[in-house]
Amino acid sequence: MIERRIQSGVGPKTGHKNEKGVGCLNIIVCIKQVPSTSNVEVDPVTGVLRRDGIKSKMNPYDLFALEQAFLLREQYGGTVAALSMGPNQAMDVLYEALYMGADSAVLASDRRFAGADVLATSYTLAQCVRKMGKYDLIVCGKQTTDGDTGQVGPEMAEWLEIPHACNAISIESFSEGAFTVKVNMDHSIYTLKIEAPCLITVDKDVNTPRLPSYLRRKRAGNAQISVWSMDDLADQAESHYGLSGSPTQVERIFPPEAHDDRECFKGSGEELADRLYSLLRQKKRI
Amino acid sequence: MAHIEVNQKKVTPEIAERLSSVCPFGALVVGEKGLSIESGCRLCGLCLKADKDGVLTLVKDEPTVEVVKSSSRGIAVLAECMGNQVHPITLELLGKALEMAAPTGQPVFVVVIGWKVSSAVESLRCYGADKIYVYDDRSLEHFEPLRYASCVEDFVRKVRPSVVMAGATSMGRSVAPRIAARFRTGITADCTGLALREDGDLVQTRPAFGGNIMAQIVTPRTRPQLCTVRYRVFDAAQKREGPTSQVEVMEEPDGLEKAGACILEVLAKPKEPDISEAEVIVAVGRGVKDEAGLHLVRKLADILGAQLACTRPMVENGWFDPRRQIGLSGRTVKPKLIITIGVSGAVQFAAGMDKSEFIISINNDPEASIFNISHLGLVGDLYEVLPAFIEKVGREEPVR
Ligand SMILES: Cc1cc2nc3c(=O)[nH]c(=O)nc-3n(C[C@H](O)[C@H](O)[C@H](O)COP(=O)(O)OP(=O)(O)OC[C@H]3O[C@@H](n4cnc5c(N)ncnc54)[C@H](O)[C@@H]3O)c2cc1C
Ligand SMILES: Nc1ncnc2c1ncn2[C@@H]1O[C@H](COP(=O)(O)O)[C@@H](O)[C@H]1O
Repeated sequence: MIERRIQSGVGPKTGHKNEKGVGCLNIIVCIKQVPSTSNVEVDPVTGVLRRDGIKSKMNPYDLFALEQAFLLREQYGGTVAALSMGPNQAMDVLYEALYMGADSAVLASDRRFAGADVLATSYTLAQCVRKMGKYDLIVCGKQTTDGDTGQVGPEMAEWLEIPHACNAISIESFSEGAFTVKVNMDHSIYTLKIEAPCLITVDKDVNTPRLPSYLRRKRAGNAQISVWSMDDLADQAESHYGLSGSPTQVERIFPPEAHDDRECFKGSGEELADRLYSLLRQKKRI
Repeated sequence: MAHIEVNQKKVTPEIAERLSSVCPFGALVVGEKGLSIESGCRLCGLCLKADKDGVLTLVKDEPTVEVVKSSSRGIAVLAECMGNQVHPITLELLGKALEMAAPTGQPVFVVVIGWKVSSAVESLRCYGADKIYVYDDRSLEHFEPLRYASCVEDFVRKVRPSVVMAGATSMGRSVAPRIAARFRTGITADCTGLALREDGDLVQTRPAFGGNIMAQIVTPRTRPQLCTVRYRVFDAAQKREGPTSQVEVMEEPDGLEKAGACILEVLAKPKEPDISEAEVIVAVGRGVKDEAGLHLVRKLADILGAQLACTRPMVENGWFDPRRQIGLSGRTVKPKLIITIGVSGAVQFAAGMDKSEFIISINNDPEASIFNISHLGLVGDLYEVLPAFIEKVGREEPVR
């Protein structure tokens, strides 16, 4: 398969200073394209997936991650690069990120990346990050709506040997090479200082993501998306990517099973209300 | 590299069309050259199953290293302690670990990480684990991913468990993926079912592909096999007569000094009503379309002394607080009784409540999948059933 290489080596330049004399922040945001409906069902007879023509959209959680990055760039100066792994079609979400205000975008796309589980996905993204050059912060969404694991972010941090924090509700400030972050733990809110470079996953609803704008779209007109295949990455061992690099295997998929001790009744509102009443009576709930 | 190959010679337009329609990821594309497989392919294998004409072949890799599975033994539970309190998820994981270990004779371990955890360890000793490994250090008072990962790594290196189970809590979700990368092994998040095979492979079940489907996942080549499980999915281990578990206090592992982060402040969140603790729940779905409908379900909840919960769309449209959402991306509940009203029963919802003791559902669509998991299904219009029910209660039983 021929990879469409538009431009390579978008590694942001670091080291320059903004007016305040504070080092600019180079931020990478990981975004994923996900199906926009969940209407995939298994045909109970044939075991085959049924789907309506699937449309895609940006993982909604990643919008908060992008917005967080833009807010930091407004405050401290610097750049925001969007990174995604997926099929060529995932270009759409990168354009959306550019029109929202990202400075550059990278798509990791290669048939050899197919079938990646958390390990292989996080590894591939980490390889891309290494190629993108010096960065201060990676922002991820809290989770995706299709994979729904929330594990890709922290696992990437491990590959990159940087600290991470999950579920940030705010990134308050950046000074002396560290971010002050508030994170949502199960029973408490931690305020912590985390050294750059680091990876932070952003909770949902912590900001209001901006919309892609016509003006930015015009300006982004010549912004380009770099498309990288495995040949562009430092590690070219096929066994580290895609299905081969994935230790987990999906053995089978099946529709959820039904309870066997169930009863079902059809009837008028009155009849069904009676059923409900006598059952709840019997269970001593009323 | 494993991949699917297309034998273009055998492809007819009909076959191409049919196979392409089977792919849930749109990765089988019909083009001029016949049928091609794009990078969206996840190798789910559905096209292979649908291929009656021998058009597609799966080209597999031979695994290069055969891991000696027998050198990894035991099921380890990553405990979660808040000071001296053991989070109930720990006992639930332990319950499942013991159940899986029983027929296979594998040992069950618990790993406790924290500061001043001795009384938590003492109480854990009564729950049937073979051995408890303890990392007790001042630097471990609050959860910091890198420090906790250093402890788990140290434990895995020394004890070589075959399975490591963690709660799908803030802590588990943050530390388990790091361990997965350190040992280049698989992780399966939010499992709703777990079983151990004779050869030591862990069979993990979870909803998948963001659809109405369950996937059965294994980690056949690497160890440890990592999984996370949400609160309230499995039954807690039973307390035994006396403390039976051995305790081993572990030395400080390398890596405790570098955390990359320091905690400045810990603020307890105010306690809020938690639907995962409720005994009776009324769960509302999109079938409830307006204020009048909400009024009816509130009335029903009042009559039963139930907590109100909801499906995700009801949170998305702003009618309910996210903390009331049941399901894969909400809470898991296991009440004695749950009544769903106008809920279709998508797997992501069902994953959060199908272990409830008794499920009643009202839905006007007889085909709704919620009826597959309901003990009592009522096929009818909620706007007729509920008023009739409320009126009946009012008649029979004057308001308390
Ligand atoms: C990764 C992922 C995670 C998800 N996580 C969750 C989650 O945690 N929780 C969750 O709930 N969803 C989750 N979802 C969404 C889930 O797939 C479903 O879309 C959702 O559960 C459907 O909600 P619902 O049943 O309220 O709505 P619908 O599916 O629209 O169902 C409404 C039902 O009401 C019935 N109805 C309509 N009118 C009446 C009436 N007058 N009387 C009686 N019945 C009536 C209809 O027949 C229908 O069955 C997730 C999806 C994905 C992809
Ligand atoms: N294929 C991908 N490309 C880019 N980012 C991803 C990809 N998969 C996951 N992520 C990032 O990791 C986060 C968590 O994803 P998940 O672990 O799938 O729930 C997402 O919100 C994204 O920020």
